[in-house]
Amino acid sequence: MNWITNYVRPTINSLFSRREVPENLWTKCDNCGTMLFHRELAENQNVCTNCDHHMPIGARDRLATLFDGGVFVEVAVPEPIADPLQFKDQKKYGDRIKDARKKTGEKDAMLVAEGEMGRTPVVVAVQDFSFMGGSMSMYVGNAIIAAAERAIETKRPLILFSAAGGARMQEGILGLMQMPRTTIAVQMLKDAGLPYIVVLTHPTTGGVTASYAMLGDVQIAEPNALIGFAGARVIEQTIGEKLPEGFQRAEYLLDHGMLDRVTKRTDLKDELVTIVRMLMKQPPAIKGDLPAPTADEAEKTEATAE
Amino acid sequence: MTQYLEFEKPLAEIEGKAEELRALARENDEMDVEKEAAALDKKADDLLKSLYADLTPWRKCQVARHQDRPHCQDYIDALFTEYTPLAGDRNFADDHAVMGGIARLDDKPVMVIGHEKGNDTKSRIERNFGMARPEGYRKAIRLMELADKFGLPVITLVDTPGAYPGKGAEERGQSEAIARSTEKCLELGVPLISVVIGEGGSGGAVAFATANKVAMLEHSIYSVISPEGCASILWKDAEKMREAAEALRLTAQDLNKLGVCDEIIKEPLGGAHRDRAATIEAVGKALTKMLGQLDGKSADKVRGDRRKKYLDLGSKGLAA
Repeated sequence: MNWITNYVRPTINSLFSRREVPENLWTKCDNCGTMLFHRELAENQNVCTNCDHHMPIGARDRLATLFDGGVFVEVAVPEPIADPLQFKDQKKYGDRIKDARKKTGEKDAMLVAEGEMGRTPVVVAVQDFSFMGGSMSMYVGNAIIAAAERAIETKRPLILFSAAGGARMQEGILGLMQMPRTTIAVQMLKDAGLPYIVVLTHPTTGGVTASYAMLGDVQIAEPNALIGFAGARVIEQTIGEKLPEGFQRAEYLLDHGMLDRVTKRTDLKDELVTIVRMLMKQPPAIKGDLPAPTADEAEKTEATAE
Repeated sequence: MTQYLEFEKPLAEIEGKAEELRALARENDEMDVEKEAAALDKKADDLLKSLYADLTPWRKCQVARHQDRPHCQDYIDALFTEYTPLAGDRNFADDHAVMGGIARLDDKPVMVIGHEKGNDTKSRIERNFGMARPEGYRKAIRLMELADKFGLPVITLVDTPGAYPGKGAEERGQSEAIARSTEKCLELGVPLISVVIGEGGSGGAVAFATANKVAMLEHSIYSVISPEGCASILWKDAEKMREAAEALRLTAQDLNKLGVCDEIIKEPLGGAHRDRAATIEAVGKALTKMLGQLDGKSADKVRGDRRKKYLDLGSKGLAA
């Protein structure tokens, strides 16, 4: 220990690091440990370019990757009553919500948007795991109902990306009641003859899996996504044995007949366009990334949707 | 022999003393204990009244789970005639945690389905403590479809800690089975009436209780998660179940205010387990009344009203 190690070196380091290497330029893959350059990672939709590991992707980023030119319009969600139970654990629910809103910049754990995907008009709902674990709240229920209503109004298919630990405990029974409420949303789409496609992303468990996330006309999952009802730890404690490798993972569910497909995130957009266009009896789509629709085109699709 | 709950210990002592006195008197003819014993009886009675006058949510959980509470089988035996159990999901197995079949209530044919917890070690294991596997929900779906086809009202009796957390249950699609059962509840063109007779444990309960009318016994509970589970997640301490039970608003009284429970069925003093026959009778009366309210409605009306009820749910919170 001397003057050089204690003072000079840290000073030099701090000067350099401040100017040249902001920490967030590189992300380490949680699976293979490869250092990934942020721009490259973002371009690959947060999928590791080395091992294909699917890292979390923000709800807004997800929407941007799906819609042509990243252009979409948000669908308004009716606000439910705030903190209906006046819930308090170690922290007040009201404060938890405030913190989550500050952290994410979002209102709650579900975003709904409409726009064009491969020139196909769709409504997309994306659950935001970073907002209180994506938990199913009254707002989330309202969002799914609003998404279904908007899809019916504009005769578009609804594509839903799920990610949640389950129902929001802080809303108690009203969190749980989003199971029947969101099931009604799915039934409304069914009554209207519109496709409802679910993409299960990591992780989707509990009451969410036991309602709208398992009721899709087509069930797709991202690779290695954890999907289940009960938590693995609870199951191990209950049955007193170790669970097999890959238990409750997307590929395991596919093997057990619980899913239609497991699809890489980077292939999802094309696949979704292909599927909904066939179900909607539309001609084949132009594949690949398309620019945002021009005003002219937008009007035309609007007209065909009427 | 009454099985006393933890908070009933003082009551157990007084009733025990009265019993001892009387036992002594039986052995010894000259002793006259009746006055003293009667005083103890009175004391016990007052204590029972005061204990049950205002049960905390956690105490209600204990009463709701009491092993001597009447279970699904007891209600079916006492209230229904010509009960004909129907078994199996036509796919994999017959789940003994769920029982059901066609039967008559007040001579009218209905479909009755419920969770059964069992009443001794052997039957509890056989019934898997009322925790259904996917087959149980799929059996229920099948019975609901049958009822719908022939226009029979469906009655569900809910009493489950929750869906079974098991390896096979997950592999066979526990989530999907629950989701489909809830969906089926919502599709029915016949009235669906549900009574929470003990524990309404999370998704396992929703799958049966997405009904036109949901009644709850006075000391039954219905919750998104067990208080123990909630405590271990939010308090990081499973021992905080009292606080969790309080916060979750899982009592029939709170759920009635929230609009989830349409009707509270009063229990005898000291809980359903202290007078099983009276409890069963009260449930029978409530069922008849609720069925009457839905009688003669068209399939569209029954379905539409049910949907509307759930879509509107939660719009007022506890404050209103």
